[in-house]
Amino acid sequence: MPPLLEAHRISKRFPGVRALDDVSLTVASGEVLALIGENGAGKSTLLKILAGVQPPDSGEIFVDGKLARFRGVEDALSMGIALIHQELNLADNLDLAGNIFLGREPTRRGLLDIPRMHREAAHWLTRIGLEIDPATPLAALSIGRQQLVEIAKALSTSARLLIMDEPTSSLSARETETLFDVVKGLSRQGVSIIWISHRLGEVKSLADRVLVLRDGKNAGEIPTREGIDHERMIHMMVGRDIDRLARRPSHPPGEVVLAVDELRTPAHPELTVSLDVRSGEIVGIAGLVGAGRTELLTTLFGVTPAGGGTVAIAGRAITPRSPQEAIHAGIALVPEDRKEVGLILDMTVRENMSLVAVANESWLGFIDFQAEHTLANAMIPALSIKSASDTQSVKFLSGGNQQKVVMAKWLAMKPRVLLLDEPTRGIDIGAKAEIYDLLHRLAGEGLAILFVSSDMEEVLSLADRLLVMHEGRIAGGLGRDELTEENVMRLAAGGTHTRMSA
Amino acid sequence: MNAMIATLGGTLRRLISPKVIGILGILAAVCLYTAVASDNFLQAGNLERIVHRTALFGVLSIGVAFVIITGGIDLSIGSVVCLVGVLLPWLLVHHGWSVPVAVAFVLGLGAIIGLLHGLLITRLGLQPFVVTLCGLLFYRGVARGLTQDNSQGFGTAFKGLRSLATARIPIFGDAGFQLPATTLIFLVIAVLAAVFLNRTVWGRHLVALGCNEQAARYSGINTGRMTLLAYVISSTLAALGGMLFVLDINAAQPSDFGNFYELYAIAAAVLGGCSLRGGEGSILGLIVGSALMVVLSNMINLVHPRYQNIEFAIIGGVILAGVIADEVVRRFARRRLAP
Repeated sequence: MPPLLEAHRISKRFPGVRALDDVSLTVASGEVLALIGENGAGKSTLLKILAGVQPPDSGEIFVDGKLARFRGVEDALSMGIALIHQELNLADNLDLAGNIFLGREPTRRGLLDIPRMHREAAHWLTRIGLEIDPATPLAALSIGRQQLVEIAKALSTSARLLIMDEPTSSLSARETETLFDVVKGLSRQGVSIIWISHRLGEVKSLADRVLVLRDGKNAGEIPTREGIDHERMIHMMVGRDIDRLARRPSHPPGEVVLAVDELRTPAHPELTVSLDVRSGEIVGIAGLVGAGRTELLTTLFGVTPAGGGTVAIAGRAITPRSPQEAIHAGIALVPEDRKEVGLILDMTVRENMSLVAVANESWLGFIDFQAEHTLANAMIPALSIKSASDTQSVKFLSGGNQQKVVMAKWLAMKPRVLLLDEPTRGIDIGAKAEIYDLLHRLAGEGLAILFVSSDMEEVLSLADRLLVMHEGRIAGGLGRDELTEENVMRLAAGGTHTRMSA
Repeated sequence: MNAMIATLGGTLRRLISPKVIGILGILAAVCLYTAVASDNFLQAGNLERIVHRTALFGVLSIGVAFVIITGGIDLSIGSVVCLVGVLLPWLLVHHGWSVPVAVAFVLGLGAIIGLLHGLLITRLGLQPFVVTLCGLLFYRGVARGLTQDNSQGFGTAFKGLRSLATARIPIFGDAGFQLPATTLIFLVIAVLAAVFLNRTVWGRHLVALGCNEQAARYSGINTGRMTLLAYVISSTLAALGGMLFVLDINAAQPSDFGNFYELYAIAAAVLGGCSLRGGEGSILGLIVGSALMVVLSNMINLVHPRYQNIEFAIIGGVILAGVIADEVVRRFARRRLAP
């Protein structure tokens, strides 16, 4: 019997990156396949292709042994393949039945057939173990249960393969437990699952088979339940590149440059955050999505107003109310979204680099083009930026080089504190190593660096000290000798979730 | 030295972008066609009228270009032209204000109107379209109310002040083409605007904000203040334009003076390469765009007078064709650059 789904030598390029390079994958009926890999390994791209969201550049997909060409999500759905996004696609103003049948509501004489909707919705809900009245409004359910509703919705379209993208990323321990039971039950009923996760403990307790991606390629497979083991998975995910990302020696930290005392951010106004960063120190902030890390950085940078507390730079309280005030005090922020927030894509490399510092180099408000040119031509070699010239439009650069232009923009103002949000997201491994080297060099020159990252490898290799956030507060700090994935995950999950250390 | 060459190259490239070359080509074609089809086109008087009207509409267009570059829009220009156009003679003739006070007052009024628009947009977060649409209705209403709908003019007085708009400078001697004074005023404003946009920090910030407001804000640019500035410039230049129009025509009927001028100004800016998405615009392109609007209208008058009643349709069609051509070229370029 042919496998339910077979993807054969799938490749996909995006401007500047090869997201997938000859990746193959098979899923049998009733199988739970875990797909793991670092951020940027190509997992998201692969699952989007499998679910018909994007077409591959090359390669074929077979369903039940027959060649399938998905022109859109509908095509994949009609073949029984459903994608369950990390962010739920539900309407919280409707009830459960309304959500399950959204877009394909049964009708009678042109009107909604509500009794039938409720009857059928109840059937699907029961199948995943949710004994709830289908007339319950969705908003009354917890996130975990809403996710189960999403699964019921997928099943009601007669899905035979569920692709679940980091399904537990915002679930509590108990909700995760329930989800595991549902997935195991579905698997026994012959439904296949592709489970994408960063949490290796989860993979170990759930998966029948593990497929590893690295840098857009197949990096290995663990074919049996018995073979699934932590060390082996980490080794396959990180692979040979572990040397290049190896730890640099840390610098002896100087005095406190950034002191944050009981700061309240708009995302979690009821909680306070306190932390210190010393000169020459690289401090990381880890945590799950939604833990309030980005909001902490934007509040420190004055983009979102602080609801209380103080921020001091070198002992002077400033608590910025706008980015101008933050910059004036010597704070720089390399934001998460390079294209939307970090850069002005339609401007040149040179104009982007001088955007912050240009005002200081001006005379009576006139731009000093000579100084601008000098700046760009000092920064390009110093950061080894690959660009045809400094008048090249920045949109034509690769992700790594664009990120270096953002860094150059901030280094030009000679900051005292450098904040970075996901500093290497979507950047290839070579440029990553260069950015890490650069950050270490800057720390050596006395800069205080605070970075947020969801990339475990980055957190472990870059941070001199790590703070882990959980639901708006700092759940704990880890020194260099305590930095292990297990410790980070335990704190990120709220410090009580023992499953993660399994 | 290298830097200077690079800078000069950059400036030249910016001045003579493909877009400007395209619109210059259209302008040349329309001029050529009109010159061949009508003997009157190349006569000194006609050419004077063309550069004169280009200057008057160009002043409005430069103003609105600043707003368009920030990604906003100013629909109130025609009504500001009207308000200033009736206020200036009304204050001078009916209320006996002195010339410097009246001129300072109407220009200051323009600045305050712009400030008000800018504050409503940046502080209250209202949409530029809505704010300036209300302005469009409000200022015309005020102009009509103040004057009881009576036409305002200077009669035979204030010749000195009026010469700002009516004087002709005999650059080739007394015969033939004489340069309208308005053209000089316009050129001074155009050069100032070009220097501001291309050579100053504020100009750079304005363009950055128009390209990507978020990124500009995260780079420490005071985006609110720059947006405010753009609206002040737009309304002040509208006031200056209104003053020049009334000095030139010597009669302002409150119910229709300046009607649709905001649309001429926006059309000229768009033809000249401003993108309504913001972040793009060149002063040279805008001058050519203004000239094209005026020459098109002149062509219809001279060559096809019986089509005068569909003048709007013809101008609208030409602008649409220009914008479509631009988009097609852009898509073609993007496809070639895509990896």
